[in-house]
Amino acid sequence: MTTSTEKPLTQNMRPDGSALDLRSYEQGGGYQAIRKVLSDGMEPKAVTDEVKDANLRGRGGAGFQTGLKWSFVPLGKDAPNPTYLVVNADEMEPGTFKDRLLLERNPHQLIEGVIVAGFAIEADIAFIFMRGEYTLAAERIERAIAEAYARHYLGKNILNSGYSLDLYLHLSGGRYICGDETGLLNALEGKRANPRSKPPFPPVVGLFGKPTVVNNVETLSCVPHIINNGAAWFRGLGRTKDAGTKLFGASGKVKRPGLWELPMGTTVREILEEHAGGMRDGLKFRGLLPGGASTDFIVEEHLDTPMDFTSLDKVGSRMGTGTMIVLDDKTCPVGMTWNLTHFFAQESCGFCTPCWSGLGWAERILKSMEDGRGQTGDLDKLASLAKMWNPGNTFCALAPGAAEPVQSALKYFRADFERHINEQRCPWS
Amino acid sequence: MATVYVDNKPYPMNPDQNLLHGCLSHGLKLPYFCWHPALGSVGACRQCAVKQFKDEHDAHGRIVMSCMTPATEGTRISIADPEAAAFRAGIIEGLMLNHPHDCPVCDEGGECHLQDMTVMTGHDYRRYEFDKRTFRNQNLGPLVNHEMNRCIQCYRCVRYYRDYAGGTDLNAFASRNQVFFGRSEDGVLENEFSGNLVEICPTGVFTDKTLKHHYARKWDQQFAPSVCVHCALGCNTDAGERYGTLRRIVNRYNHEVNGYFLCDRGRFGYEFVNSERRIREPLLKGQPISVPLAERHLRETIAKGHTIGIGSPRASLEANFALRTLVGPERFFSGMADDEARLVERILEILRHRPVRTPTLREIEESDAVLILGEDVTNVAPRIALALRQSVRQQPMEIAKKLKIPLWMEYGVRDAMQSAKGPLYIATPYATRLDEIATATFHAAPDDLARLGFAVAHALDPRAPSVENFPLAMDIAGALKAAKKPLVISGASCGSEALIQAAANVAMAARAAVSFTAPECNTVGAALMGGKPLSEAFRAIHDGKADTLIIVENDLYRRAPARDVDSFLHAAAHVIALDHLPTLTTGKAELVLPAATFAESTGTFVSSEGRAQRYFEVFVPENDVLASWRWLKADGWQNVDDVIAAIADTIPELAPIAKAAPAPSYRIHGAKIPRAPHRESGRTAVSANIDVSEPKPPEDVDSPLSYSMEGTPDQPPAALIPFFWKPSWNSIQATQMYQKEVGGPLLGGDAGVRIFEPAAVNGQFYFSAVPAAFQPRAGEWLLVPMYHIFGSDELSLSAPGIAELAPKPYVALNTADITEGTEIQVSCAGGAFRLPVRIRPDLPPGVAGLFAAVPPLAGVRLPAWGKIARQK
Repeated sequence: MTTSTEKPLTQNMRPDGSALDLRSYEQGGGYQAIRKVLSDGMEPKAVTDEVKDANLRGRGGAGFQTGLKWSFVPLGKDAPNPTYLVVNADEMEPGTFKDRLLLERNPHQLIEGVIVAGFAIEADIAFIFMRGEYTLAAERIERAIAEAYARHYLGKNILNSGYSLDLYLHLSGGRYICGDETGLLNALEGKRANPRSKPPFPPVVGLFGKPTVVNNVETLSCVPHIINNGAAWFRGLGRTKDAGTKLFGASGKVKRPGLWELPMGTTVREILEEHAGGMRDGLKFRGLLPGGASTDFIVEEHLDTPMDFTSLDKVGSRMGTGTMIVLDDKTCPVGMTWNLTHFFAQESCGFCTPCWSGLGWAERILKSMEDGRGQTGDLDKLASLAKMWNPGNTFCALAPGAAEPVQSALKYFRADFERHINEQRCPWS
Repeated sequence: MATVYVDNKPYPMNPDQNLLHGCLSHGLKLPYFCWHPALGSVGACRQCAVKQFKDEHDAHGRIVMSCMTPATEGTRISIADPEAAAFRAGIIEGLMLNHPHDCPVCDEGGECHLQDMTVMTGHDYRRYEFDKRTFRNQNLGPLVNHEMNRCIQCYRCVRYYRDYAGGTDLNAFASRNQVFFGRSEDGVLENEFSGNLVEICPTGVFTDKTLKHHYARKWDQQFAPSVCVHCALGCNTDAGERYGTLRRIVNRYNHEVNGYFLCDRGRFGYEFVNSERRIREPLLKGQPISVPLAERHLRETIAKGHTIGIGSPRASLEANFALRTLVGPERFFSGMADDEARLVERILEILRHRPVRTPTLREIEESDAVLILGEDVTNVAPRIALALRQSVRQQPMEIAKKLKIPLWMEYGVRDAMQSAKGPLYIATPYATRLDEIATATFHAAPDDLARLGFAVAHALDPRAPSVENFPLAMDIAGALKAAKKPLVISGASCGSEALIQAAANVAMAARAAVSFTAPECNTVGAALMGGKPLSEAFRAIHDGKADTLIIVENDLYRRAPARDVDSFLHAAAHVIALDHLPTLTTGKAELVLPAATFAESTGTFVSSEGRAQRYFEVFVPENDVLASWRWLKADGWQNVDDVIAAIADTIPELAPIAKAAPAPSYRIHGAKIPRAPHRESGRTAVSANIDVSEPKPPEDVDSPLSYSMEGTPDQPPAALIPFFWKPSWNSIQATQMYQKEVGGPLLGGDAGVRIFEPAAVNGQFYFSAVPAAFQPRAGEWLLVPMYHIFGSDELSLSAPGIAELAPKPYVALNTADITEGTEIQVSCAGGAFRLPVRIRPDLPPGVAGLFAAVPPLAGVRLPAWGKIARQK
């Protein structure tokens, strides 16, 4: 087991919270990766192979192999053009604020990742699709893009390599569904942000019908480091078979809510107890959603599970974005489930029936329970609705994600739900 | 064919299609909403879920959407699987949460796909206990009603309206369980095909507003197969009646013609049949008389005088032929003005004797490069415009094919194609609705449009006569040459014979199909009947060779300038007119006979494609209205079949019309085909206030259709399908049960019989009379006709909904000197008229447009040179 304490993504961030400007970023070794790729004449495929070899998996929550995704893009003279690279910076997963840190504090790291990835897939144009509320991040990214253009890291014939890339920032109108990469592409095209049917997948038919890769902010931020230090180094950063470091976070009534760059595979307990400082005094731990609102609750018995893409699956949850939401014993689990379901119901794009209809219904049931009007049979209804949201039953991953807190809350906190119904009130209020 | 196992039974299925398509093609009961054979699969509603198994050993399986899963060889699925069935019931339950359950007061009730699917899934108990979301409904104009609370968010409406029909003013707004399908504000739906929403919507959100004014349930209506009378395309319809009024028109699927869709003029124009202005009894000098008296007066007048007959391009072959027989072929006139007759004659000559094919509407839809010469198709032959919106997708479809995206995977295909359009070149005197999807447009005077056509033909084949320097012609020629299914569209709308000849040259040089539009529903049929043009009728009267006139279903004030018609009718000693509605012509007639409309009679039209099609009596009017041919019939003609036999005997070219539909003697296992659906309710109560015993239903000697719900339970041949209705499928979706394969030809073949097929011609066949370039004149304007889907058709103008949407006559000018709406004086050979001005910057220099749909203005023959003067 590696015990690396390296923090490539965050180590150079300024303690005062300001953004690393171009010069500081370069002083910390920045923009070496694009020199390695562009000036040393690496082949695009070699870059992709390196990333594949590094076992970099998508940090947006789904964990798809990044290099593999890139490899689906047609390359060469006969490939359709333009090819697009889109950065998914539409961070709207409840409890998740990891990309915000990377955008606000180390914008050039992302831009360098964009250039390297863009080169690997022979992208002509890149967009950063950013959550509209991230105004500070937008400001800083805009400035960093301008700096990068001024230094000829973006634009025509970058560093005289013959490779050209334009990068634009697009601020989202603000829908959770834009986190789905195809919903995002529709939104970027100016259409309703409904997800698209697949196949075709974006690397073949993406933005404006052209080959497109959509990658998460954190994913791309890892890329320069992989190029600089090699695939083996990156793989060695993780404690389990998943590679690299990961920004893990915690929110809820813990002593020190926050965000930490830690090796992939750090256990839940370590994050919760050592980094987040455990529960606030007087509160007891009841459970947590390990990676944002759309992951199943885990409870005490699962705390020694490593946070990675496979270990959490085995205990019936997912790593998701790696930013946990912690539930304590003074907070109503029904109320929390209602709150989350309310969010998902509101953010449903309205396209497929189980999602738009079922979530709206589930939200009403949970609210009525919380309001002391729960009925016998409500739990069966919730369970049957959650089943309707199974992957494959719906058009995209929104409803399956929404099912996770509901089905796991029913499993672990069933007695609390029953008390709501039996006592016709919320015992916490 | 791929073998697909459904619940362990093998079924052959089209491997280029999805499982839902395959299952429905085999008549399996698999519920669905968002999928439509014309709109493809998007996977929105999740209603068509089935269980798919990896192989015969897989006992677990997984739920898939059948519409999103290809019917590949060896696929194993289960519809009956309890988990899949429960899932489908769950979907319906979800759809019904907010549905108002207002079936008893909903126009869709009884023919509602949502009702059918609810029953099919077995969902029957409501577990939802909260209040329902409500919407504000919109006024979408006089044709389509909007009741959003019934919506189940299947997205069919916007997919049809926007993606298929090219509309922009209907959209999906908001999200979650509150998606609103409507306009950004109240207002008339702008798309000319909005009425199809009524059939596309699986429930009662969009319903027929004209039906609402005289509502009857589907099971309470009597239907007959019909053919649209509002343009020459011959779209197939089913017309429904109750208590002696026509209630509505619905689409009658014909794979070769209209497919699933009608235009709004065709769907909503029918109300002229119910008009209070209808002529319902014989009138002698304006006074009602009895039928026997009218008949005696008719026969006596004819016997006394020297009679000539004027037929009509909007009357049936039977009506025209009865008149022709009554007066004799030498004294029969087609009812078309000379210029119109000459153009149509030229079109017939091309279709009869030149090596070109006149395409069906389906073939137009499948064309992959199109040149329009002179036609404002949206307003002249509307259904073609909808077909062309699909044809521009043909070439870009190659993008999807190359990416191996199944063509039924609607959004995948559209994502890949984006806004790519195949070649469509539009050359017209003024900008048209379709210009927005055109590769290039050319707005010029008719002669210059013809010159472009000649130049294209020459660019394709140097043997065709040349025209100098038309760079656009090279582009068009290149596109037509590269196409697999090139098409030229032209017609009589510009009043230019040169244009028609140019179109023929292009078609022959490009080996392209050529579609000529025609002005009226039976223009081609009337031309095939072979009467002489109107001026000769005028001459016969003025020369004293005749003194008595019979005019059948024709307002001559739409054919010639008013003063000419006035003097003609004045010169005749006796004028007898047959028509549905009073016109300026019937106003001048001594004897007026009430003529049955398409809904009250059986007859045959020949469409602009050259397809002879039969329409059938929907109901027997309770008054003196008779089919024109019955007023005029020769001795021995008992039914329409006798007339058809006589036509076939007399005019061999029209012999195929006998095959347009089965004869009146046709039976299925000895039974007639019922006009009334098998669920007709209260049948014996209808006249119980008069007599408790049920009256004998009317006899129909003209068709194998009965006025009853009794008759064959079997599917009739395509020409005789009065309604689409099958057990479990009460809505128009039942159409799928009448097709060989869903979306394909009807079982037993589609309706109608084609008259023209390409001639084998050797040697030189090009037309060579290239007109000189248009020269504007000082102080004069070339007046060209302008068309409006609502307004240019005579009969539908008497339908209130259509009339409300029709513009008033106007003159269109390309000038900065006059403000829009100013009244000016337009004078030409046809007379002088005071008209408001519309400013149209798209008109070429020296050319003005005249929207002249209403007589006497409609009698001005266009194009014509005219002067325009400001009012003092």
